[in-house]
Amino acid sequence: MKEKFRLQPRAEQKIVQVFLYFLTSVAVLVLFFILAVILKNGLPQLSLEFLTKNPAHMGREGGIFSTVVATIYLTFIALLVATPLGVGTAIYLTEYTFEGTVTRIIRFGAECLAGIPSIIFGLFGFILFVNKLKFGWSILSGGLTLAFMVLPTIIRTSEEAIKSVPAAYRLVSYSLGSTRWQTVTKVVLPSAAPGIVTGVILSIGRSIGETAAVIFTAGSALHLPSSIFSSARTMSVHFYILAREGISMPKAYGTAAVLVIAILLINIITYYLMGKYIGRSSRS
Amino acid sequence: MARHKSGGDRLIRLSLLLVALSAISVLAIITIFIFEQGLPIMAKYGLKNFLLGQDWFPSEQSFGLLPMIVGSLLVTLGALVIGVPLGLASAIFLTEFSNRRLSGFLKPVIELLAGIPSVVYGFLGLMFLVPFIRKNFGGPGLSVLAASIILGIMILPTIISIAIDAIRAVPDSYREGSIALGATRWQTVRMVVLPAARSGLVAGIILGMGRAIGETMAVIMVAGNAADLPGSLLAPVRTLTSNIALEMAYASGEHRQALFATGVILFVIIMILNFLANLAARKQFRK
Repeated sequence: MKEKFRLQPRAEQKIVQVFLYFLTSVAVLVLFFILAVILKNGLPQLSLEFLTKNPAHMGREGGIFSTVVATIYLTFIALLVATPLGVGTAIYLTEYTFEGTVTRIIRFGAECLAGIPSIIFGLFGFILFVNKLKFGWSILSGGLTLAFMVLPTIIRTSEEAIKSVPAAYRLVSYSLGSTRWQTVTKVVLPSAAPGIVTGVILSIGRSIGETAAVIFTAGSALHLPSSIFSSARTMSVHFYILAREGISMPKAYGTAAVLVIAILLINIITYYLMGKYIGRSSRS
Repeated sequence: MARHKSGGDRLIRLSLLLVALSAISVLAIITIFIFEQGLPIMAKYGLKNFLLGQDWFPSEQSFGLLPMIVGSLLVTLGALVIGVPLGLASAIFLTEFSNRRLSGFLKPVIELLAGIPSVVYGFLGLMFLVPFIRKNFGGPGLSVLAASIILGIMILPTIISIAIDAIRAVPDSYREGSIALGATRWQTVRMVVLPAARSGLVAGIILGMGRAIGETMAVIMVAGNAADLPGSLLAPVRTLTSNIALEMAYASGEHRQALFATGVILFVIIMILNFLANLAARKQFRK
């Protein structure tokens, strides 16, 4: 009886392991399939011309230059606003206050904000920025809307990252006579940097890939944006319009490939910088 | 505990508090604007007509949103049925049962895939999944099933990535303690690691659920968008989000207000779901 009881957990473990292995394979294969299809159909469309020429005939001809520029502008504005707000919130929540009513309210707010769908952000941005503040369909309206949208992502990941810094680091810093701010900037933030950067990467990805919130705030004008007040069409909005209205499947695949490769590059560069940064701070 | 406290430190604390209130302020502003635009028309035609009406003919002042409410809940449930088992299994496998090299390679790759825009998932659903369903199961292909599968796949990277972080955050000493008591690896995972990681896992699932119910463009591309109650998994469906996005471009007057009312209902449903999920997470965590 005793022996049977001892054998069972191991058998159970074997079965579970096979089951987990199978499910993981399915998940990973499906995700790789998506990547493979986009690259296989999209890469043949890519050329220097595709990247440097503006779309013509509604996107049937030409490239995607103006949409690339619009995407970069929008993402930049979004992160410029959201990163300081998000990281600041995380620092306050973890380092500057005790758990209590205030932290609970702030966390609740961030959690609710994270759950709000992008189309609601789109509606909100349309009413506030486009209509009430009279920014019109513009890069500014779109960028601010995106900033609000990615704020909870940055707060959440920064908080997790800061929380995972061992308490001993802080104690050592305080015991050396540092102030709280010195501890935060010189000890906690450098250790938490990889996690914070991960949040920013996720936010860049979300900004670049967002369609619903952007299409009603930045509009879908195809020309090259001349200022932050001009209407612009981002890559993902362009891709959506090309695919849904059946304008050009080859151009749609090409745009999708650029989107996916851009995200890939951002990730690789960030991982590289992260490795370097962590290496340096641990050496000094 | 003689910590150095200067005026500068107090100033920093105050400014950080102001920054920290940004999230809640943004939430408040969004809520006010959406409700301000959507509530008057709901009051005018009656909440019951919006929630339980089955006919959506905005040009004839008929604003029944029941088909879209049911549609949103159906595809979200479908997405969770597909995404949660696959996602959690992958996270558990990669953290607890695979070698470091494999998980070290796959985690960044999966995180990268979380950045793939949802429209790309929708597009591939339209090109591959919809024709596949039409051929093998019948119906128009544009369906509840197609939307559920696409959303389920779309939320996978989110769930996997957050679940991996949550599981990795469990201190190794917990595992060592359990193994030292003679537990197998799986027993350790099931009885020690997963309960300790629970709040993080639930957070990942909540985030996935939020992405699924809030997703708009991917769903529009594969769901068919008929504003009727779906009779089966193979019938086309329109979600609350699609309803807004499909008609926002040309709506005006009461029609536009009705779309904001759609936003109000979507907003309330999501708040209720978030509240319930948080409640569940907290309860389980206390155990």
